[in-house]
Amino acid sequence: MAAFHFELVSPERLVFSGKVASVVVPGIMGEFTALAGQAPFMTTLRPGLITLEEEGNKGKQQFYVLEGFADVGEAGLTILADVALPVSEVDEARFTADLAQAETDITDAPDDDFRLLAIERRDQLAYLKTLLRP
Amino acid sequence: MPSLKDLRNRIASVKATQKITKAMQMVAAAKLRRAQLAAEAARPYAERMDQVLASLANIVGGGQDAPKLLVGNGRDQVHLLVVCTAERGLCGAFNSSIARLARDTANSLLAEGKDVKILCVGKKGHDLLKRQFGEKIIELIDLRSVKTIGFVNADVIGRKILNLFKDGEFDVCTIFFSKFRTVLHQIPTAQQLIPLTVAKDETAPAAPPSLYDYEPSEEQILATLLPRNISIQILRALLENAASEQGARMSAMDSASRNAGEMIKKQTMQYNRSRQAMITKELIEIISGAEAL
Repeated sequence: MAAFHFELVSPERLVFSGKVASVVVPGIMGEFTALAGQAPFMTTLRPGLITLEEEGNKGKQQFYVLEGFADVGEAGLTILADVALPVSEVDEARFTADLAQAETDITDAPDDDFRLLAIERRDQLAYLKTLLRP
Repeated sequence: MPSLKDLRNRIASVKATQKITKAMQMVAAAKLRRAQLAAEAARPYAERMDQVLASLANIVGGGQDAPKLLVGNGRDQVHLLVVCTAERGLCGAFNSSIARLARDTANSLLAEGKDVKILCVGKKGHDLLKRQFGEKIIELIDLRSVKTIGFVNADVIGRKILNLFKDGEFDVCTIFFSKFRTVLHQIPTAQQLIPLTVAKDETAPAAPPSLYDYEPSEEQILATLLPRNISIQILRALLENAASEQGARMSAMDSASRNAGEMIKKQTMQYNRSRQAMITKELIEIISGAEAL
């Protein structure tokens, strides 16, 4: 399968950079899989898991992301996320803190649109938690 | 004329001081390396963010319903100055140069008849500004307990600023920090956060924007990116500041150690001289006493 360049960047560091065969991205309108030759495209993210398959069947890697956005361009796929961690580094405390933040976002929301978004995020997080910590 | 014992004590105390400054210099050097790495690691994110925002802002433009964070709320009366300084002193002119820049800006704004509000990040800036602008300082954010600055810390400040903006507490927001150039060179910088200043068409995408798909719409993406950008810019400022602080402290402590070395040299010379003078005096007394017999 053709490979393309993928970068996962968080404010604190460059989390991943390299050639990949495919990346599954949790876009705000639903998950999508980015492959080589994808048309230019930009979307915001919801909390979820990024699953990437490295070039040449070297196995899969999963990353936990909170808000951010993905940008597919000629240079490949770039994801900027507020929080981006390898799944192995995500623990109970992380979820507790993120869920608490999501709850305050719901109460702080300035209008109904934002509140709906915040509630969606909270539910997404709760779902992720059950997925990763059964 | 100080006695020999006084001189000895003085030399000992300067030596002790020199040891402290030397240790501080070495600690600052080690911290500087880490702070520099952190500042560099944050760069790709901020750069990408700038590019994306610039291209989005060019597409959405400055229409009527453009987000307030991008074009401002149409007023220019109340200015919020976010002054980022260190939590600790002993780092040369680092804190005072940032505070001076902020003070000059505040004074010129006041002279124009504008209102000024100050948000202090870091205790030292607060100490320096509170005498003149005591009633204008709305809050002091203490990062003393924070070991390594992360996105979380910047996000807290960013949310605070956004809430103030939403409540109409200010119209224009500027952040003051020190840009890290080299160990010897830090540049106090003022950067406007709200409304956003974007580089126009500088990094415009080569492909016509219509080829790009946006999900959700451009406006919505921009609306979610703008608040995040505030936090990112604050994070960048804090990280640059952290590196600058350590750099400034390193060079300040280096010159302090050198000064202490010079002082030790001078005082040792004086000590030796007066010891020699005393020996000579005693010899003369003995000789003249023997001659008198």
